[in-house]
Amino acid sequence: MKDIKEILKERILILDGAMGTMLQRYKFTEEDFRGERFKEWEHPLQGNNDLLSLTQPEAIAEVHRKYFAAGADIVETNTFSGTTIAMADYYMEDLVYELNYESARIAKMVADEFTAKEPNKPRFVAGSIGPTNKTASMSPDVNDPGYRAVSFDELRIAYKQQVEALLDGGSDLLLVETIFDTLNAKAALFAIEEVKEERNIDVPIMVSGTITDASGRTLSGQTAEAFLISISHIPILSVGFNCALGANQLVPHLEVLSTKSEHAVSAHPNAGLPNAFGEYDETPDQMAEQIKEYAEKGLVNIVGGCCGTTPEHITAIAEVVENFAPRQF
Amino acid sequence: MSNRSEILTTNNQQPTTRYLRLSGLEPLIVTPETNFINVGERTNVAGSKKFLRLVKEQKFEEALAVAREQVENGAQVIDINMDDGLIDGKEAMVKFLNLVIAEPDISRVPIMIDSSKWEIIEAGLQVVQGKCVVNSISLKEGEEQFLHHAKLIKRYGAAVIVMAFDEVGQADNYDRRIEIAKRSYDVLVNKVNFAPEDIIFDLNIFPVATGMDEHKLNAIDFIEATRWVRENLPHASVSGGVSNVSFSFRGNNPVREAMHSVFLYHAIKAGMNMGIVNPSMLEVYDDIPKDLLERVEDVILNRRDDATERLLDFAESVVGKTKESKVDLSWREEPLQNRITRALVKGIDQYIIEDIEEARLAASKPIEVIEGNLMTGMNVVGDLFGSGKMFLPQVVKSARVMKKAVAYLLPYIEEEKLLNPQEGDDKGAGKILMATVKGDVHDIGKNIVSVVLACNNYEIVDLGVMVPPEKIIAAAIEHNVDIIGLSGLITPSLDEMVHLAKEMERKKFKFPLLIGGATTSKAHTAVKIDTQYSEAVVHVNDASRAVTVVGDLLKEETSQGYKKSIKDDYDVFREKFLNRSSSKTYKPISAARRNKFKIDWKTSEIVKPNTLGIQVIDDLDLNLLLPFIDWTPFFRSWELHGKYPAILTDDVVGVQATELFADAQEMLNTIISEKKLKAKGIFGLFPANSVNDDDIDVTLNAVQGRDKEQYTFRTLRQQLERREGVADYALADFIAPKESGKQDYMGCFCVSTGFGTAELAAKYEADLDDYNSIMVKALADRLAEAFAEYLHKEVRLKHWGYAANEELSNEDLIKESYKGIRPAPGYPACPDHLEKLTIWDILNVKETIGVELTDSLAMWPAASVSGYYFGNPQARYFGLGKIKDDQVKDFAERKGMPLEDAERWLAPNIVD
Repeated sequence: MKDIKEILKERILILDGAMGTMLQRYKFTEEDFRGERFKEWEHPLQGNNDLLSLTQPEAIAEVHRKYFAAGADIVETNTFSGTTIAMADYYMEDLVYELNYESARIAKMVADEFTAKEPNKPRFVAGSIGPTNKTASMSPDVNDPGYRAVSFDELRIAYKQQVEALLDGGSDLLLVETIFDTLNAKAALFAIEEVKEERNIDVPIMVSGTITDASGRTLSGQTAEAFLISISHIPILSVGFNCALGANQLVPHLEVLSTKSEHAVSAHPNAGLPNAFGEYDETPDQMAEQIKEYAEKGLVNIVGGCCGTTPEHITAIAEVVENFAPRQF
Repeated sequence: MSNRSEILTTNNQQPTTRYLRLSGLEPLIVTPETNFINVGERTNVAGSKKFLRLVKEQKFEEALAVAREQVENGAQVIDINMDDGLIDGKEAMVKFLNLVIAEPDISRVPIMIDSSKWEIIEAGLQVVQGKCVVNSISLKEGEEQFLHHAKLIKRYGAAVIVMAFDEVGQADNYDRRIEIAKRSYDVLVNKVNFAPEDIIFDLNIFPVATGMDEHKLNAIDFIEATRWVRENLPHASVSGGVSNVSFSFRGNNPVREAMHSVFLYHAIKAGMNMGIVNPSMLEVYDDIPKDLLERVEDVILNRRDDATERLLDFAESVVGKTKESKVDLSWREEPLQNRITRALVKGIDQYIIEDIEEARLAASKPIEVIEGNLMTGMNVVGDLFGSGKMFLPQVVKSARVMKKAVAYLLPYIEEEKLLNPQEGDDKGAGKILMATVKGDVHDIGKNIVSVVLACNNYEIVDLGVMVPPEKIIAAAIEHNVDIIGLSGLITPSLDEMVHLAKEMERKKFKFPLLIGGATTSKAHTAVKIDTQYSEAVVHVNDASRAVTVVGDLLKEETSQGYKKSIKDDYDVFREKFLNRSSSKTYKPISAARRNKFKIDWKTSEIVKPNTLGIQVIDDLDLNLLLPFIDWTPFFRSWELHGKYPAILTDDVVGVQATELFADAQEMLNTIISEKKLKAKGIFGLFPANSVNDDDIDVTLNAVQGRDKEQYTFRTLRQQLERREGVADYALADFIAPKESGKQDYMGCFCVSTGFGTAELAAKYEADLDDYNSIMVKALADRLAEAFAEYLHKEVRLKHWGYAANEELSNEDLIKESYKGIRPAPGYPACPDHLEKLTIWDILNVKETIGVELTDSLAMWPAASVSGYYFGNPQARYFGLGKIKDDQVKDFAERKGMPLEDAERWLAPNIVD
């Protein structure tokens, strides 16, 4: 099987689209989320999408399958909230290892099916590491700007547990994504380095920040270039942006990364900006048309979708970028 | 997991450009071009007694101010150190860093975490998102610990300062410095894969001229070791604390300043690219007197055995000598071109006529003096301005000299033309028409841009203020101009600009349109103006950019490409802007009214004014206004940015700001002592109640001889959908509604200090003195604002008297910390200008004090302010934001005006 870095030099790789948007189509009820195993759980569980890897594994596998079939080279595990910090909302801190392990295992199983069918197009699993729901360098209390709801060490320990489970479950890559506070991401990268050292392994890392609005900065206030500098201290496979903005709005920030970064550049934007009802309504063709600009300008090596994107979007994107050479780096 | 091993990571050990890259909220990249990175040292308890005291007393707000001031003064990195026996260093470091991170104006720069204790350094690294510098680690405690710390620093994502220190001790000569530097570098790079560009060496700056022989080489050894490091340890940087070098001359600042700059001069040449320097303890190398320079260099470079003695002897003669300002006329001895260039750069007009005469006699044709001598000088001015080494007030002074020179030459040029008529004599770099649009009277910005463009050899056709569109079109054709520049300050001017763009399109004009002025924006230009005109439309809001933009538009090589890129840029910008605005939602006006700001009228205290009715101030003593002047906007109008008074000592613009301020004071004195300007005002306080939610009825029972007893102010209400619990404000909310049964009050006013401005400015212009012409207008504006502030205070304290006991400093006034508000039509709380008409009706403004309203409802004279008074303690300033059609329709009905008229006046505030 070919090395991903080699493939990155040859063509633009396709990442999958939104997991949440696809799961909404199943209209799972509270009972569906609970399944047999968590029937008696004391707290409501509807909305805990990560849990579906345990209670509705077939649905998760099916979503992965649809994305691979749509043309994705890489799918993300269903583990965006898979840390003790984010799972505290459901009192499921103790299930974190299992959630990550199972999610990675399911994704890897589906990936292997596709790789076996098309050995010349190997499929990869990226362990998704979300931002958690707390920020290490911003205060949630406007009257106490020096207060922090979570410390670096708390984040580092939580991320380390997630990373170990994702790797044990079979992840090929790790994707630290939707970074709105760079300090959270630095804790995740710190944890990954610890695991790499302890296990004496190497694993490719994708890093993806989030520019929150037209100010062109992350939520914690950094410009695209400052963000890039802040996460460049350990070897990474790619750096990019996802979420918050549509493909069109991301262009200037990707241009910064594309010029300044010596790593591969990734992008998985939303299907446009949310409309008045909070829905993402950019069609596959509209979105693909804008992604075409990335490819024409030679800005990216990996593209996919975030909120509101579907396998139809991924198909359209894959078709558009197929004819373009990847960004040189 | 079987196939993971087949995936390899990218090799990050070989980046293409290995520069030290740091980050706060913004990047800092240390390249050969950045020359020297200045590290702020005031937030260091070991170096600053003040900072230590603030931290000890837990006065973190003030401690933050120290950090902020450093960044404002140009520190590119801030060093933070909490190593003191009497404070908990770890706790203080974390607490202070967390607070710094919350201040974007400080945390935009990278942070240097400075401590001798590892636990403090690590605690600091855990709370900063950007890429920091650790200050410092060394081989002092052995290699094992050194490498352990280095590995963690790498994992936390920071660069590191390595002290030239090892198990044996601190490096104090050349050989030891390079020995320790090399060993440190090798183990860092080879054993922990530390990126070499992230290594910064502190090679120990020690004092010289201490009287001890072994210290003689301290400076030169540092400099030579720096050179060795930069040549032999690829990508590493060199830093140090500069003030140490002059330690033995404590108390003699002139000598210390000279030593610092000589030391830096040589160390930077050798490759020192970063350091801790107190900018106020630095003399300009070229300005060090020759005799002192020679002696200091002897000491720093150890050039003679008796260097120390000679400097000590000399130092005694320098002690206490304050810097004398003596006019140096040696430049008058230099060659002619140097003198002309210098006169232009320095804005000295004293000798320009005699120099120009000399040049004219030497030239074969008088025009050559302009094209040769003067343009050579102005090109220097242009380059200095373009590179940020000269500031706007200086350039305007240069223009004054230029104009005088040209005026002197003109008769000779005319004469020459008669003798030898030639084609194309008057083809300069380009011809630019400048005008403030119809209905608008503001022209300071326009004049500044005109002057700066004229300096760059463009011919300016300035049509002045309140220029009707047909006149602009006719003049453009008549003068065959290359660009039209439009300016405006009030919102109705935006419509005038759109109209002009349409006219230019209709006339099939083929040249670019520039848009500028306080009310204009890139968004409005892109969305409303650019779409009307097929040629390039560019929004330019400062003079320095105007020069490059006009250059790019007119130069043959760049013109086509630039015009296309501007069009494209505005297309993209417009699309983005329209997409963005669509995500906001607005509520119906009826819903907004239900969610109005509610004052509890049962308990709210209403104070009846001491004097109801209208009062006139005919000729106020201008001296009374001086304490009320807010100087910060004055500097801004000259494109000098910073807060007064700190701006006077600003590292970058301080000298210019001080000079400008002195000129302003001089002009103020003249204005006051010679009564050049007249201050007139009128105001009234009346019974009032709000009715139908958004209107305010005002009763003029105290005024006799009026046909009309009742007037109504129409206010506008916020409609933007915001979070729960936030009220939708209208000014009417601050007045008790009729149905409350309470009698409430409000006031309105108009003040002006503009009488006499136009005459005075015209006099200076006739004298070719744009600098003072602009100065008069800028000062008149400040005085009018000060008058409004002064009168508001008089009203609060006496005439209305609801705040009879208030005591506020000038600073508090500028911060608007008083009770009650004085919003002005045309500003955020009430952006429609129409209500000015009602104020004019109520107070008889025009008839009584002579301030008029133009077609666009701008006030003439321009230096005037009008507005309302609201006295309720809960009244506050707010921004109306955008409003919807339903409110516009309702507003038109309330005012009894056609909907189209209302739409035109409110256009800038209507949701697209």
